[in-house]
This record gives sequence, structure tokens and C-alpha cells, in this order.
Amino acid sequence: MILLQSIITVAYYGLVAFATAMLVQSFVHAKSWDREVLYLIVLVPFVLRLLRLK
Amino acid sequence: MSARMWPRKCVLAIMAGALLVVSGQSFYDQRHMQEPVVLGSGVTSVKKLSDYEPSLRGTINDCNLYVLEGKEPGGAVFVFGGTHAEEPAGRLAAWLLVEHAELDRGRLIVALSANRSASTVTRPSAAYPPSYTIPTAWGGQTFRMGDRWTNPLDQWPDPEVFIHYPSGQYLAYVDVRNLNRTFPGRPNGTLTERTTFGFMELIRRERIDVAIDLHEAELQYPVISTIVTHQKGQEFATMVSMTLTDLEGFKIGTEFSPLNLHGLSHREIGDYSNAVSLLFEAPEPFLDATRGKSNADVLLSGQDEFVIKAGKHGLLFEKMDEKGWPIAVRVGRHTSSVAQTLQTWSEDNPARAVVARSIPRYADLVRNGVGYYLRNPAKSPSARLAYE
Repeated sequence: MILLQSIITVAYYGLVAFATAMLVQSFVHAKSWDREVLYLIVLVPFVLRLLRLK
Repeated sequence: MSARMWPRKCVLAIMAGALLVVSGQSFYDQRHMQEPVVLGSGVTSVKKLSDYEPSLRGTINDCNLYVLEGKEPGGAVFVFGGTHAEEPAGRLAAWLLVEHAELDRGRLIVALSANRSASTVTRPSAAYPPSYTIPTAWGGQTFRMGDRWTNPLDQWPDPEVFIHYPSGQYLAYVDVRNLNRTFPGRPNGTLTERTTFGFMELIRRERIDVAIDLHEAELQYPVISTIVTHQKGQEFATMVSMTLTDLEGFKIGTEFSPLNLHGLSHREIGDYSNAVSLLFEAPEPFLDATRGKSNADVLLSGQDEFVIKAGKHGLLFEKMDEKGWPIAVRVGRHTSSVAQTLQTWSEDNPARAVVARSIPRYADLVRNGVGYYLRNPAKSPSARLAYE
């Protein structure tokens, strides 16, 4: 179980990093301000998780 | 993308960065906050839980163990608060033991943050305060408010069903991170299981006679204002509760640990060691699901209009009125219960007596408040300070 937990945790953080990168890319390419705000708000919990703050 | 978009994107990114810093700082502070403990004159040494389970060394759950040793030999009692870090009276009662108790005979070992990881997080979406401050004559002391379960940052993911070791009993998935569902633990298990295994090793190696787990409960839960005891301690716990009810001015009952409900301290410590295991429950309206605000004021005053209304409708297992259940009352119940347990144990087992004095009791706390008994870390020499 411990090994499985470790594998899932690593995979999870990999997914979070991927989603973060996609959100940043979407923010950079967004053309309207409301989309930009949306991407940034969604980005905050992903970054907090990547930094292992929450 | 046109160049005119960049100023707007920069402004929005800075605003999001500020939001990130503010929220991140709050989470960081709660996880890394250091709570100073002034070692009372009764504390003879401070050990770590990793002294008993080496795999915990360097982890967040390598908690302090405060040893108070009397000049005369005797028995040994282990008191632990913070099993559930959202139940502050347990931690504060243990705190007062470390800062005030003095031993004449035997040994008293105290843990303030049994599940330290759980004290670094609050319940998601429950709007708990990250901390609370007990007012004192020298300003006030701030403590972390915690959660019932180990922080997911330290143990994750949870299984679909938690299969308790070694009984094989199926429990709720989230209780894989509940310290009071993972006794007796194992050295190669999850962080929570290794923590309980560390406590079991402490109890076995230090020849603990009585282990006391300090808790609080919601008033809608039937196991409240009581001592839950392993069958080894039925007569003993009953005598303690009768004496407390008779002498201290508060009612406390006795319940017997169910034989087939596994993982709890009052069941497994008794089964897997020679110790008598007891669990004390005090009322905490803040935990009731029907409460209103979840702020530090309700946590400390124990006054909530919705829980009071539930009490008036007879929906609770403990009385509830406008007086509420202030923190001093809850802490006082625990300190008096510990003091009476030591006294009754010593009378029944003179060869293994644990004789303590200077423990603030229920009437003292009700009269003076908790803050009166918290020592000022600024006036203590650094050698007599520890941090939780």
C-alpha cells in the first residue's frame, strides 16, 4: 500500500504540473480579459498544491 | 498576440500572484508555526517519539515526549493530547501538566501533539480558524487549530476502504489518517500507523501502567462527558468517575470499550500492552454539525445559538444552555480527571504509585481561566523552552 501511495502521489504531482503548464499557456494565449482572469483564478490552487502548501 | 495585451496580462498576473502569496502565507504559517512550551520544574527530560520508532525521525510526527520523573521510584502513566488536533482542550490540559505538574513518585510522560501532522491543517471547506489565542496577563498565547485527520500533505491518497491492521476490520476510508483508528499500528505502515506503533513501543518499553488519551466530542454524539475504558480498567475507571462526580463538581460517566471496535486507543493499547487504557471525553459545541459560525470565539466560549436551540429541544446527549462550554471548563475537566486517575491508581497500587502535585484542577480553571496557568515563554530561559 505504501508503494502504491508513493506511485499515485508522484503521478498526481506530475498531472498537477502538466495542468499548471497548460493553464499558463492558455493564459498567455487568451485574447479576452475574462478568460485571462478565469485561467489565473483556476491556476492559484494548482500552484499552492505544487508548492506543497495545501 | 498583440503587444497591447501584455500590460493587462502583467497587471492580472501580479494580482493573481498577490492572491497566491496571501493564501500561501496563511497555509505556510499554520504548517510551520512554532508553539513555545515552558518546561515546568517537574520536567526532567524531553524525548522524541522517534526514540521508540526510528522511522519517524525527521518526519512531522516525531513529536516531543515530556518526561516528569519523581525522586522515588514507582509506576508510570502516559498522557497524550492532540490525537485529534481539532479538540483543543486535550492539548491544553496536557500543556498545563507539562508546565505545572511535579512528581514525588513514579513517572509521568506527556505528549502534547500526538498527531502533529493533524495540527498543521484544518478541515477542508469547514472554515475553521487556523489558530486561536488564549488571553493571558502577559498578552496571550496562540495555538494551532488542527483537524481530526493527518494532513494529506503527509499521507495521501486514502484507500476506498480502510482495512485496519491487524484486525482486518473495515473502517471508513478517511480513518486511514485517524490516529484513534490506527492503533496498535505497525513499523512499516502509513505515517499514522507508524505514529501509533511508536506510542505502543513507548508504552511497552517504559512499562506504562495507565495510558490516558484526551479528547473532546460534539454534544450530538452519545459518547460524551465520560471515561471510556478497556475492560482491564472497568472498576478503576468507575471509581475515578464516581470520585470526580462526588468531589469536583462536574458529572463524568464511564463507558466500556467495545470488544469488536478496533483501532481506538482504549481498545488496542489495552489489548497490545500491559497498560490500562482510558479515553476522556469533554463537550465541545464547536464540533457539532448544527453549529453556526466556526470561529475562534465559538471554539473557546463553547457558546453557539444553534447548538443551544438543539439543547432546548432535547436533541443533545449533554446539557447545553447560554453558558455554553467554555474552554476553561473543558480543560479543567481533563486536568482534574488526570489528577484523580493518578490518585486512585496510587491508592490501589502502592508499589506502582505515581504521585503528582501542583496540577491545576477544575475549580482552579473555572475560577482563573486557562490563560492564568500558561507560562510566559519570554520570561523563561531558552534551555527550559521546547517547541510544538
